[in-house]
Amino acid sequence: MSAIIQPGAADDLNQTVAAAPLTPVIQLQGLSVRFGKREILTDLTCSLRGRAIGLLGPNGAGKSTLINTLLGFYKPSSGSARVLGSDIRTETRRIRSLVGYMPENDAFVSKMSAVSFVQMMAELSGLPSAVALERAHEALFCVGLAEARYRELGTYSLGMKQLAKLAQAIAHGPKLLILDEPTNGLDPSARQRMIRMIRDIRDSRQLQIILCSHLLRDVEDTCEEVLILNRGRVAHYSNLEEERKANKRFLELETYGANGDFTEAIEKLGCECAVTANRLKMILADGVEVRDIYKIAAERDVRIRRLNFRRDTLEDIFLKAMGS
Amino acid sequence: MAVYRRTYTSYSGPLTPAWSRSLVLFRYSRRKLFQSKLQTALFVLCFFYPLACLLIIYLAHNLSFLERFGNIGGSFHIDNRFFLLFVEVQGVLAFVLTAFTGPGLISPDLANGALPLYLCRPFSRAEYILGKASVLWIVLSQITWIPGLVLFTVQASLAGPGWAWDHLWIAGSMVLSSLIWIAMLSLLAMALSAWVKWRIVAGALLLAVLFFGAGFAQAINAVLRTQSGSFLNIVYLMGTVWTSLFRVENSGSISPSEAWLALLIYCAICVMLLVRKVRAFEVVK
Repeated sequence: MSAIIQPGAADDLNQTVAAAPLTPVIQLQGLSVRFGKREILTDLTCSLRGRAIGLLGPNGAGKSTLINTLLGFYKPSSGSARVLGSDIRTETRRIRSLVGYMPENDAFVSKMSAVSFVQMMAELSGLPSAVALERAHEALFCVGLAEARYRELGTYSLGMKQLAKLAQAIAHGPKLLILDEPTNGLDPSARQRMIRMIRDIRDSRQLQIILCSHLLRDVEDTCEEVLILNRGRVAHYSNLEEERKANKRFLELETYGANGDFTEAIEKLGCECAVTANRLKMILADGVEVRDIYKIAAERDVRIRRLNFRRDTLEDIFLKAMGS
Repeated sequence: MAVYRRTYTSYSGPLTPAWSRSLVLFRYSRRKLFQSKLQTALFVLCFFYPLACLLIIYLAHNLSFLERFGNIGGSFHIDNRFFLLFVEVQGVLAFVLTAFTGPGLISPDLANGALPLYLCRPFSRAEYILGKASVLWIVLSQITWIPGLVLFTVQASLAGPGWAWDHLWIAGSMVLSSLIWIAMLSLLAMALSAWVKWRIVAGALLLAVLFFGAGFAQAINAVLRTQSGSFLNIVYLMGTVWTSLFRVENSGSISPSEAWLALLIYCAICVMLLVRKVRAFEVVK
């Protein structure tokens, strides 16, 4: 059975791609989702534009619910949301044609080889049969399942099933890739492979990624922006790239022989200081360099035993967000 | 085929029209169906009776040949009862085929959590159900009303245009009877398999609904001295509708309109079950 090709549809998609960097990936405006009497997401408002966005939060924070709502699986009880500029209430079909989704749970079609499975999924996304077959092979090569691509999915290990899910999510060439807990159940080496692959896909700069995880390292290793959810609310938004740059001004010094005079001299440079025992934490003022600190220390006969750029890790950010 | 590519590449080529997506599902499901030798054998078996009927029609119009074997030509009457019997026999075969093939269409997807993968694409739940059900519709049509129409055409060509014109309603009855049965069977099979998510159990449940349903209906009729138990007997209800469509006298306790209504209610229940169960994610309220 051959399907008729509709050339206009691809042009339509291309226009979206061209517009993608300008439009936010996700735009939430007072979004709330309620299941019966339980409110799962409450009044979420934010706009995310990064190339790789992390959705963080403890279990039950509402990460998967947010993703499922963006994909149109759940109806919002109030508020609105846009994915790549399309409204989730009225343009679900369009959103789904732009998105590749890798669900959290085991999801496969049994008694089907990986290549048939990925081909069928690509065809359902609108690719003509021959193109879908070609891209299924490519996607399986890309995720590292080339050798096992003719095997039935039911015989795959958990790690291989995760890779097959990733292959079906990228086979049709989406503009946005949504990964829900992609490293779930993977051993450390498989996790490393998965993270490397996500980074490669991100660095190809042909699509944007939303990675939903409760594993901080996964998000830290792959994402540029982080939205932290807690109990269905936005707990914190952070641009990791900017945080990393900003954190270069944070210093932690371990000194010997320091006294109030040393701290006072540093504060006179415009730096903010906090002293605990023989440790000194400071934020360097603009124009002040590390060599100035060494100079002051030498003048006052203070020995600097250790100097660290103390940047907030994602864990610090996350814990602060949870605390607030 | 550029299988040497190891990096992700976007796609900006042409896309198939949205209406053709459920045909993709039909194509893959049909291929999977005929991968089983048992199901292929069953499908082939379903054509034996239509072939026998074809032979009977031929013999009925060649009495001189039959006279060689004595006076048995009188026992071949090609009328509404002949076509009703054809629909009944093929209906039973359609049921057997559905019991084997129907539950395997949806339950593996539900059991393996594949629905989010289908439904995260520009592909609705209705299209998913339509794509899966269309396999049953086509396969069951191939063994019920399509050979029925072939038989009718052969009979019409042998009996002449006068007979064809007078008995045209038989063709309509045959198509309608088969379509109702196909709709009922496919909805039942899919709803049950969506409900239990286990292929074998869904097949057993389908058998139980039709056979135990009939037994239960009889028991209610006997114990409560009523005829309303027959409403639980789908086969009986279908028989009532068929006999009315083929203008054959029916001494049953339920009127054809009541049987129609009961069947419609059963179909609505099945649709409700499907709508409730065929979701990307179940909402726990």
